[in-house]
Amino acid sequence: MTTDMQTRPTAPGAERGIVARYNTFMSRRSSLMPTLAAVAILIILLVAAQVRFDRFLSPGNLSALLLDNAYLVVLAVGMTFVILTGGIDLSVGSVMAFTGILSASLLSQQLPAIIVIPVMLLGGAAIGLMIGVLVQYFNVQPFIASLAGLFLARGLAFVVSLSSIRVEDPAVLWLQRTRFAFGGWYITPTGLIALAVVAIAFYVLHWTRFGRTVYAIGGSEQSARLMGLKVARTKILVYVISGVCGGVAGLLLTAYSGAGYPRNGIGTELDAIAAVVIGGTLLAGGTGYVLGSLVGVLVYGTIKKLISFMGAEQSWTQIIIGFLLLVFIVVQRVIVTRSQRRT
Amino acid sequence: MKKVLRHRLFWPIAALVTLIVVNTIVRPQFIVVSVRDGQLYGVLIDILRTSAPLMLVALGMTVVIATRGIDLSVGAIMAVSGAVALTIIDASSDPGSIGTVLLALVVALGVSLALGAWNGLLVSVAGIQPIIATLVLMLAGRGVALLITDGFITTVNSAPYSFIATGYLLFLPVAFLIALAAIVVVALAERRTALGVLTEAVGINPQASRLAGVRSRGIVFGAYLASGLLAGIAGVLYSANIRAADANAAGQFIELYAILAVVLGGTSLMGGKFTIAGTVVGVLIIQTLDKTILFLGVPPAQSPVFFAVVVIVVVVLQSPRLHKWIRDLTSKRAPRANDSQPGTPVGTQNKVEVAS
Repeated sequence: MTTDMQTRPTAPGAERGIVARYNTFMSRRSSLMPTLAAVAILIILLVAAQVRFDRFLSPGNLSALLLDNAYLVVLAVGMTFVILTGGIDLSVGSVMAFTGILSASLLSQQLPAIIVIPVMLLGGAAIGLMIGVLVQYFNVQPFIASLAGLFLARGLAFVVSLSSIRVEDPAVLWLQRTRFAFGGWYITPTGLIALAVVAIAFYVLHWTRFGRTVYAIGGSEQSARLMGLKVARTKILVYVISGVCGGVAGLLLTAYSGAGYPRNGIGTELDAIAAVVIGGTLLAGGTGYVLGSLVGVLVYGTIKKLISFMGAEQSWTQIIIGFLLLVFIVVQRVIVTRSQRRT
Repeated sequence: MKKVLRHRLFWPIAALVTLIVVNTIVRPQFIVVSVRDGQLYGVLIDILRTSAPLMLVALGMTVVIATRGIDLSVGAIMAVSGAVALTIIDASSDPGSIGTVLLALVVALGVSLALGAWNGLLVSVAGIQPIIATLVLMLAGRGVALLITDGFITTVNSAPYSFIATGYLLFLPVAFLIALAAIVVVALAERRTALGVLTEAVGINPQASRLAGVRSRGIVFGAYLASGLLAGIAGVLYSANIRAADANAAGQFIELYAILAVVLGGTSLMGGKFTIAGTVVGVLIIQTLDKTILFLGVPPAQSPVFFAVVVIVVVVLQSPRLHKWIRDLTSKRAPRANDSQPGTPVGTQNKVEVAS
């Protein structure tokens, strides 16, 4: 916020002008505030980590930060779509496990990756479609519908295999083993996929009719319907998108760990929701940014890395994330009450 | 007859009876209850015993859902409560003494109450959406439990403590008696005082009930407090049963099964009207189904598929759209067709489940 003000030419009438401009900016762009707060927290965390540990901000470490959390980035992007419409998707962690173990099983039967990867995405999309249809046509609360999806995907993961399956397929392993390095920085195809997903989501949400409809539904479903927007189609599609993101995350995690494991991703849906909320998306829907979710995942990843650098118990990660979540919810609450008072 | 069919507990009970009958036909010893050494034995008794933690959690969940809320943190509270109790017993010089166990119980339940109060504060005073408010503790609670146990699985050998879960009293398992006591207390408090009516009022319309002079804040707060305490008792039962505090596995997914039990029992997730008897039946359905799945030789890990199918069938049957279709179909023959019973043929679906 402050940077934005400084870059503007000094207002006529100096002091009062700046205050007025600041107020105008705050009231028009109050939805940006939580995301900017997340960016601020990320910067503070990174700087503090650098002060404490000399080499924290090394290019290698920062590259690893993205690559270790690539699957979570993809899940958070899918979750952002759902939460923007005012829904929630609890099934993403299980869908990731299901598609991951499915791919490992199919690959071990000598099927080529070119067939297996579309099957993964379709599997995720099918579960998403089921949730969407339940929510839209049967008036089931998103929480319960996606709970059914969670149970289904987790159970199916164990139906595919009860134990982990190693992946030997060169194409899938290539995704993680190839490194494009420049200077100390490096990125693998998995990281590129995650970034591509963010970029596509950004484009879709901000520059397409579908994206505007997503925001409109979150703002007020009734109004969106009265405006003639395609509410039913959009609401089902966001769950399908989240399911497909679950499939992509399954691919990334399989490539990352070199194996499919039916126990993967238990509780990951909570991490994804936390990342989205920390990134500034309002759980009531209608307000939020997919780039914010990326920042939220990076905050999560930084805390995790920081704790492992400090040699502390990893259980602190959960506690700190829970605490951060609380802070952000309270901040959102304040914003919502303020904007309600204004109207 | 029509009155029986219309009763809102008819379909849940029909589903439970169907499950038991099908099990008995396939395996006659299912229904047999024998007495050995002054203790009752049998699959049914086992179901009662193992259902105790879920029963406690689901009772609390019913009250919370009646206020239009939801409590996702029950599993985490279970983990914390078990961790606290076992850490105290483990640290004491005399783990077998009743005094130590009592101290552990008091502290564990006190901590659970405090965690419930925390949820209640966030929801009723701060006005945060219940899903999100309890999500905070769901995330952080397991971390806290892991810290308490230092990341290990604390195991203890304390006879009085394991008696809570595996002992017998008056022919019946102690765990079941505890669950029964909780059912009686909750039912008396909600149905023999005005509390139940007030809770439903808050759930049906918070605004209107507040204007009518109901202290909705206190009632919502109390609901989360009760849920926390009941989850704490469930955590004690769980840890006493396995004689260990496993911060990761304790109460995993129990919030989901508890919500499922409440829905199966006929309480709407939209809040308002609730039925404690329905929840009890819902819990028994889940435990019996669980046993059935196990008996079919399905690995326990795969059982979520069955529950997913049950959830989908139940919610679809409760959905207004399906009721409208049925009405459209039947209206030609009976113009005043009434299909207000939620979850119509639950029983038949479960039969299909078991047969497959």
